[in-house]
Amino acid sequence: MMRFSTLIKYPADWMAGGQGLHDSVLTSRIRLARNLRGHPFPGWARREERAATLDLMCSAVEALPVMKDAFSQELGNLSSVQKQVLVERHLISREHAARGNGSAAVIERRQTYSLMLNEEDHLRMQAIRPGLQLASAYEALSELDSELEESLEFAFDPKLGYLTTCPTNLGTGLRASAMLHLPALVLGDQIGQVLHAVNKIGLAVRGLYGEGTESLGNLYQISNQSTLGESEETIIRRLERVISEVATHERNAREKLLEDDPAMVADKIGRAYGILRHAHLIESKEALGHLSLLRFGGMLGFFPEGTVVLCDTLLMDIQPAHLQLHAGRQLEPEDRDAMRAEIVRSRLQSLASPDNRCPNDGSGPDSYKKPSSDS
Amino acid sequence: MKCDFCERKATVFLTQLVEGQMKKVCLCDDCAKERGVTDPTGFSLADLLLGGLPVTGPSGITKPASRSGGRKCPSCGFTLEDLRKVRRFGCGDCYTTFADEVGQILTGMHKGVSHTGKVPSGMMARQVLKQRLDELRERLEQAVAAESYEEAAGIRDEIRNLESSTKS
Repeated sequence: MMRFSTLIKYPADWMAGGQGLHDSVLTSRIRLARNLRGHPFPGWARREERAATLDLMCSAVEALPVMKDAFSQELGNLSSVQKQVLVERHLISREHAARGNGSAAVIERRQTYSLMLNEEDHLRMQAIRPGLQLASAYEALSELDSELEESLEFAFDPKLGYLTTCPTNLGTGLRASAMLHLPALVLGDQIGQVLHAVNKIGLAVRGLYGEGTESLGNLYQISNQSTLGESEETIIRRLERVISEVATHERNAREKLLEDDPAMVADKIGRAYGILRHAHLIESKEALGHLSLLRFGGMLGFFPEGTVVLCDTLLMDIQPAHLQLHAGRQLEPEDRDAMRAEIVRSRLQSLASPDNRCPNDGSGPDSYKKPSSDS
Repeated sequence: MKCDFCERKATVFLTQLVEGQMKKVCLCDDCAKERGVTDPTGFSLADLLLGGLPVTGPSGITKPASRSGGRKCPSCGFTLEDLRKVRRFGCGDCYTTFADEVGQILTGMHKGVSHTGKVPSGMMARQVLKQRLDELRERLEQAVAAESYEEAAGIRDEIRNLESSTKS
C-alpha cells in the first residue's frame, strides 16, 4: 500500500495542467454519494456497525483495479496535519478530516479518484480532472460506481433514487463542481452580477474550500444544488453550459480591461510580481491575491508559458498544512509566513519581469505600443 | 429577492443559528403567514427548513406533537424527533418509515421529486432474479401439491440453474 509521503510527494495529475488546461477553469470535480442497503447511515450507526460497514467497503474498494496500490488509511492513523493536507488538495472534505477511526480515505495514486468511507454517507466518491471536464469525469466515476455495485448493494429506491443521509443529496447523489479563476470579472467589478445570475438559475457559488468559505485569490466554485428530478447528464450539461458562459464573460472582461485601462492591468500584475519576488513575510490571503494576479499575467502572455501551472502548484504548496508538512513540524503563523515567502521567492526566482508589450490576448499587441502618457 | 417557497417577492427575511451554522430563509407575505412566521421569537428555522413539520402557530406556541410524534424506524430505531432535530435520516428504510415527511421535506428542495437518473444495474438484475425465483418456487410447491412430479422436477432444475448462475 502507498505511503502518505509518496502520495503527496508529487502534485496531483489535475494540478499539473497538461492537455486539460483551460484559461479560467482550474479543475472539474464530480462527487457521488452512496449508502449500503440494510445498514444505518454513519452518523446514526453504533461504533461496531460503523466498523462493520467500513470493513465491507474497504475490501470492495481495494479490489477495484483502479485502486491498485492506492493510498488507503483509517483516519485515526493520520495526523491532523496529514488530514489537513488532504483537505487542501480537495481529496477529503473538512468534515471527513474531523473524523477518526471508523472512517477512512482511499486515494488513487494519481489523486484523480478519492473515496471517503463513512463520511456523512457510507461512501462519497470523487473524481477530479483539470480544466472543464465534468462530463468525462462523471463517466469515469460512474464506471467505478458500477464496478462497486457488483460487490456492494446500495440503498436505492425506484422513486427517490440513491438514498442519502441528507435529503439534499437524494436521487443522483451527484455534486458536480468546477473551480473558476475570474480575475478580470473581479477587477472589472462585474463579478457580483455574473455570480448573481448563476445563483438565480439554482446553482451554488462558493469560495475556495466549499461551503461557508471566503473567496480567495479570485477563485470561485460553481456547483449544482438539485440532485433529484433530473438525470446526471442533464445536471452536468447545464452546469457545463453555465460555466462556459461565465468563462466567456471572463474573456470579454479581460479584453475590455486591456482596452480601457492597460496601465492599471500592467500595474496590478507588476506589483504582484514585485511583492511575491521580494517579500520575506507573507500571509496566505495576501499571497493568494498576488498569485491570482500573476496567473492572470500568465494568461495574458506577460509571462512565459508554464507560469499558469507554476501558480496553480504554488497555490497548493503555500497552504498552512502543506507548509507544515514541508517543514516537518508544527509552525506558528509567523513562521509559516516566513516559510511561505521563502518558497514563493525560490519558485519565482527565474521568472522574468512581466512583459506587457506582447500580450497574447485582448485586442492584440498594437494597443500596447502607445506609452500611456499619464502614468 | 424571491421567496424560497414560491415565485413571489420576499418580504420576510430570517437568519438563525442552526447547529452552529447561519441559515437564511426568505419568504413572501403569504408563505410567511401560512408557515406561522409572524412571531420571530417563537419560531424555529429548523422546523421551516424541515419543510414545515411542526410549525409554531401565530401565537408562538408549538402545536402539540402530531399523532405520528412517536414514530420510529423499525430497521434502525431512528425517531421522528431525531428527524426533526437533525434534518437527516438514520438509514435507507427511514425514507419509507417517514414517507409523509419525506414528501414535505422534498417540496421545493430539488428540481423534481422523482429520480430519473442512474439505476444500479446489479440491483435491478438481482431484483428481477429474486422475483423469478420466488415465482418458480411457488410453481414448484403447486406442482408438488398437484403431484405432477415431472413438472416439479423441471422447475427444480430451472431453480438450480438460476441459483448457480448467480454464484459464479
